[in-house]
Amino acid sequence: MNIIDMTIHELHTALKGKQLSSVEATTAMLERIESVEPQVGSFITVTTEGALANARDADQRIARGECHLLTGIPLAIKDIFLTEGIRTTCGSRILDNFIPPYSATSWEKLRDQGAVLLGKLNQDEFAMGSSNESSAYGPTRNPWDTACIPGGSSGGSAAAVAAREAIATLGTDTGGSIRQPASHCGCVGLKPTYGRVSRYGVIAYASSLDQVGPLTRDVADCAIMLGAISGYDPKDSTSVDTPVPDYAASLAKGVKGLKIGLPKEYFIAGLDPDVQVAMDAAIETYRRLGAVFVDISLPHTDYAVATYYLIATAEASSNLARYDGVRFGHRAEADGLLGMYSKSRSEGFGSEVKRRIMLGTYALSSGYYDAYYVKAQKARTLIMNDFMAAFASVDVMLTPVAPTPAFKIGEKINDPLQMYLSDIFTIPVNLAGTCAMSLPAGFSNSGLPIGLQLIGKPFGEETILRAGHAFEQATEWHTRKATI
Amino acid sequence: MKYQPVIGLEVHVQLLTDTKIFCGCSTKFGSEPNSQTCPVCLGLPGALPVLNKKVVEFAIKAGLSTNCSITPRSIFARKNYFYPDLPKGYQISQFEDPICQRGWLDIKLEGGELKRIGITRIHMEEDAGKLVHGDLSGLNDRSGVDLNRACTPLLEVVSEPDLRSSDEAVVYLKQLHQIVTWLGICDGNMEEGSFRCDANVSVMPVGSSTLGTRAEIKNVNSFKFVKQAIEYEIRRQIDLIEDGGTVVQETRLFDPNSGTTRSMRSKEEAHDYRYFPDPDLVPLVISDEWVERSRQELPELPEQRQQRFIAELGLTLYDAEVLTASRALADYFEAGVAAGGNAKLVGNWTMGEITRALNDSGTSIEACPVAPLQLAELLKLIDNGTISGKIAKTVFDEMWRSGKAPQSIVEEQGLVQVSDSGAIEGLIDEIMAANAGQVEEFRGGKEKVFGFFVGQVMKASRGKANPSVVNELLLNKLKG
Repeated sequence: MNIIDMTIHELHTALKGKQLSSVEATTAMLERIESVEPQVGSFITVTTEGALANARDADQRIARGECHLLTGIPLAIKDIFLTEGIRTTCGSRILDNFIPPYSATSWEKLRDQGAVLLGKLNQDEFAMGSSNESSAYGPTRNPWDTACIPGGSSGGSAAAVAAREAIATLGTDTGGSIRQPASHCGCVGLKPTYGRVSRYGVIAYASSLDQVGPLTRDVADCAIMLGAISGYDPKDSTSVDTPVPDYAASLAKGVKGLKIGLPKEYFIAGLDPDVQVAMDAAIETYRRLGAVFVDISLPHTDYAVATYYLIATAEASSNLARYDGVRFGHRAEADGLLGMYSKSRSEGFGSEVKRRIMLGTYALSSGYYDAYYVKAQKARTLIMNDFMAAFASVDVMLTPVAPTPAFKIGEKINDPLQMYLSDIFTIPVNLAGTCAMSLPAGFSNSGLPIGLQLIGKPFGEETILRAGHAFEQATEWHTRKATI
Repeated sequence: MKYQPVIGLEVHVQLLTDTKIFCGCSTKFGSEPNSQTCPVCLGLPGALPVLNKKVVEFAIKAGLSTNCSITPRSIFARKNYFYPDLPKGYQISQFEDPICQRGWLDIKLEGGELKRIGITRIHMEEDAGKLVHGDLSGLNDRSGVDLNRACTPLLEVVSEPDLRSSDEAVVYLKQLHQIVTWLGICDGNMEEGSFRCDANVSVMPVGSSTLGTRAEIKNVNSFKFVKQAIEYEIRRQIDLIEDGGTVVQETRLFDPNSGTTRSMRSKEEAHDYRYFPDPDLVPLVISDEWVERSRQELPELPEQRQQRFIAELGLTLYDAEVLTASRALADYFEAGVAAGGNAKLVGNWTMGEITRALNDSGTSIEACPVAPLQLAELLKLIDNGTISGKIAKTVFDEMWRSGKAPQSIVEEQGLVQVSDSGAIEGLIDEIMAANAGQVEEFRGGKEKVFGFFVGQVMKASRGKANPSVVNELLLNKLKG
C-alpha cells in the first residue's frame, strides 16, 4: 500500500511492526506535498527539517518500544494553533512575522505522543470564512476539482487530508469550519462538544463557539485523534472536567435500535438535488442497519445564522483588539499612536476580517447592545433549548452538512450573505454547544463529495463516532480518492 | 446662593495576592520591566485567563466587611478600549452582576456622630501595565510599555453619592483604607498606587433634590490630595455657576503641584467601552457555604474591637480608637494585656513610649524590638513596686537597644527601687542638714519648697527611692 494513502491505524501498525519507519513515512508525505502543493495550496508553512527531526525522534521512541497510536504519524495542523518557535499566521498578514513562544495544548498533546508536524495549514483569515478565499496566503483549492473551493475556514486541513498531503490534520470549528470543508473534500471531520478540547493556544475567533477537532480519512482515525486531544485543561476555564472515553473501543457496536432524528427544518426546498439524493440514500442505509428514524423539529433554526453573525462578530471584535502593532505582529510606521493603530490594522487585516470587526463593534455599541447582542444571546438560548428538547427523544440527528457541494472559487466572494448561508446547517450546533461530525456520503453529478452530518448530545461523541463507523462499514464513499 | 456639594468615590484597591488575577506571574513591585509576564498577561494570541481563587476570597472579605451582599453568580465582563498599556485591547472587569453589591459603611464624623455611606458595588478587575517615557535602551525620547503590573488584581469600591463635604470624603476613605489593610488584603500604600481614588463631584443649591452635573476627578493618590482636589472642584463648579456658566460632564485630572483640576476628556470624547460578558471565563458561582466560611474567617473589625476594648478592658473611646489604628497595633496591645499587663498601663505605654520609639526609629509595629510580653514584664515591675515609672523609661530604652529582658536590666544596673524607710530616712536627714535654710522656709509656711526636697532625695537615691515612701517620710520629718 502507498504510504500516503494510509490511515493512522494502518500506519501505526506498520510502524509498530517495523515494516516502515517514521522517517520513510514522513519523507513520502513531504514528497507528496512538494508535488501537489502548487495545485492545492493547503499549506502556509511546510516544516521540512522539523518534520524529519520529529520523525527521527519518533523512530528512536519506537525502537525503545514506545509506540503510542500517534508516534511517528505525519500530521499537519491549521495555522491557528500556536506552535512554539514555528511561525503562526492564522492566515493573516498581521501575524506574518509572528513566532509564538508557546504551543497550543491540543498540539502539545499530539506532540507528546510523538506525532510528526509536517507544517501549518492554510485557512480563512482568523477562521472567518467558508471557502478559504480570505487567506492572506492565497486560496486553497479543492483536490477533487481545483476550480472549486475546499470549504472553510479549515480548508487547508480538509484539502491536505483529501490530497494525501497529511495522514490527518487538526482544524477548528466556530460555525462549521471543520465539518463544511470535510464535507466538500470528502473526509471525516468532527467538531467536539464545547469544552471537550482545550482552546488554550488556539487563536480566538469567537471564544464561546470555537472548538478544536480532527479531520481524517476515516472514522476510526477520527476516534484516535479525538481521544488524543480531549480532556480538561487547567489553562482553559471553559474546558470541562469529564472523563475521556475510549472512543475507538465502542466503534463497532453498531446502530441497531439507535434513534436518529430528522429535523424538518434541515430538509428544505432549495437543498441541492444531489445533496438530497445522498441524504435519502444515507437514511436508507441506516434503516437497513437497524436504526429507527424519528421526525423532529428545531423550530428556531431560522434565527441561527443571524444569531451567529451577531455573537461571533461581537466576540471577534474584542478578540482581535490585541492585534494593535504594539507588542507583536505587523506594525506600520505612522505619526502618533492613533495613526500607528489604524494603519497597522488597516494594512494587516483583510476585508472579511474588517467587515466582521465592524459588525461586532456595532452590535456591542451602547444603544445597540440590547437590540443586537442581548437579543442574540436570548435567541441562542432558544436554539440550545430546541436541541435539548429534541434530544429527549433521539440519540443522534442526521442532516446535510451544507446545502450544496463545493462551489467555484470566486463564486460567492463578493456576496457575503450567500457565503454566510453556506453554514446554515452547521452553525446551530456551535450555538447549542454540542458535537457533530461530517462524513462522506456520496458525490454530486460533477464528482464533488457530499457530506452527511451526525449531531450528537453534549459529550455524545462516542455515539456519533459509532454511528459514523457503522455507516462507513456499509458504504464505499470514504475509500474514493481525490483525483489530484 | 448656597451650594451643597455631592460626592461619590471610586476606590481602586490593589490586592495583596502573590500572583496575578488571571495568571501565575508574581505581583512583586519594582522588578525589571516585563520580567514578570507570560502569554496571558502579555495578551498573546491564544492565551486564556484563569481566575485566581485568592482574589475571590479577598473580594468576599471586603464585601462582608462593608455590609455588602455577595452575588451568588457573578460575571466577568470585557471593557474594550485601545491603549498601549492594555495588552488585550480590553480589560477584564465586572459590569453587570459584580461580586459584591448594596453595602454601606458608617463613617464617624467629628464629634462622634455616625453617618451611613452607601456602597453601590465592589467588583474585581485586572490592572493595566505602565508606560515609561524617556531615553530607553540607548534610544532618545522613546515610550516603553512595562507589563509587570498588567493583570494585577484590583477591587473597585464604588460609593453612592452620599458624601457631602471633602472632610466626609476623607473620613470615608480613611475608614475604607483601615478596613482593607486590617483585612490584610491590601498594603494600603497610596504612593505606590495600591490604594487610589477617583472622585465624582457635583454641586446643587442647598435644599434642591436634583443632583448637579458631575465631574470625575482622576489621579488623587493621597488623603491630602483628595481633600484638595474636591475642595478645588467644588469651588470651581460654584464659581462657574455663579458666573452664569454650566458644569459639563467630563473627566478631569488633578494636578498635585498646583492643587487644581483640568479637563482630560469631555462626555463626547468618552469611550464607549462596549462591555459584554467575557466568554473566556465561566460565571463565578459562590455558594452560601463559601460566604459563611469567609464570614467565620473574618477578623474582628476595628469598630467591634474598639467596643470590646471599652467594655472589657475599660478603655476610653479615644484610647480604643488610637489603639485600633491598625490591626497590628491592636494585636500588640492585646498581647501585652494577655501577658498579664495592666490594660490601662499597656495602653498608655503602647500609645506613648512604644509609638514614640517606633516613629523615632522608623520601625513598624510588626518589627517592634520590644515584644508585648517584655513590655508586660516591664509594667509588672512598676505595678509591684520593683521600679518606679521613671526608672521604667530608662529600662525601656535599654530593652529597645539591647533586646534584654527588663528583669535582667534592672538587676544588672541595680535599679531596684528602694522602699526601705531606714535607708531613705538617712538620705533625708543628710539633705535636711545640708539645707537648713529651706527647712526653715517650709516650717515658716512656704510649702512649695517640699518639691525641692523630694527632688533632692530622688537625686541622692539616683532615682531609685520609692517616691511615695519619700513623700511620706519627708513630710513627717519636715513638719518636725
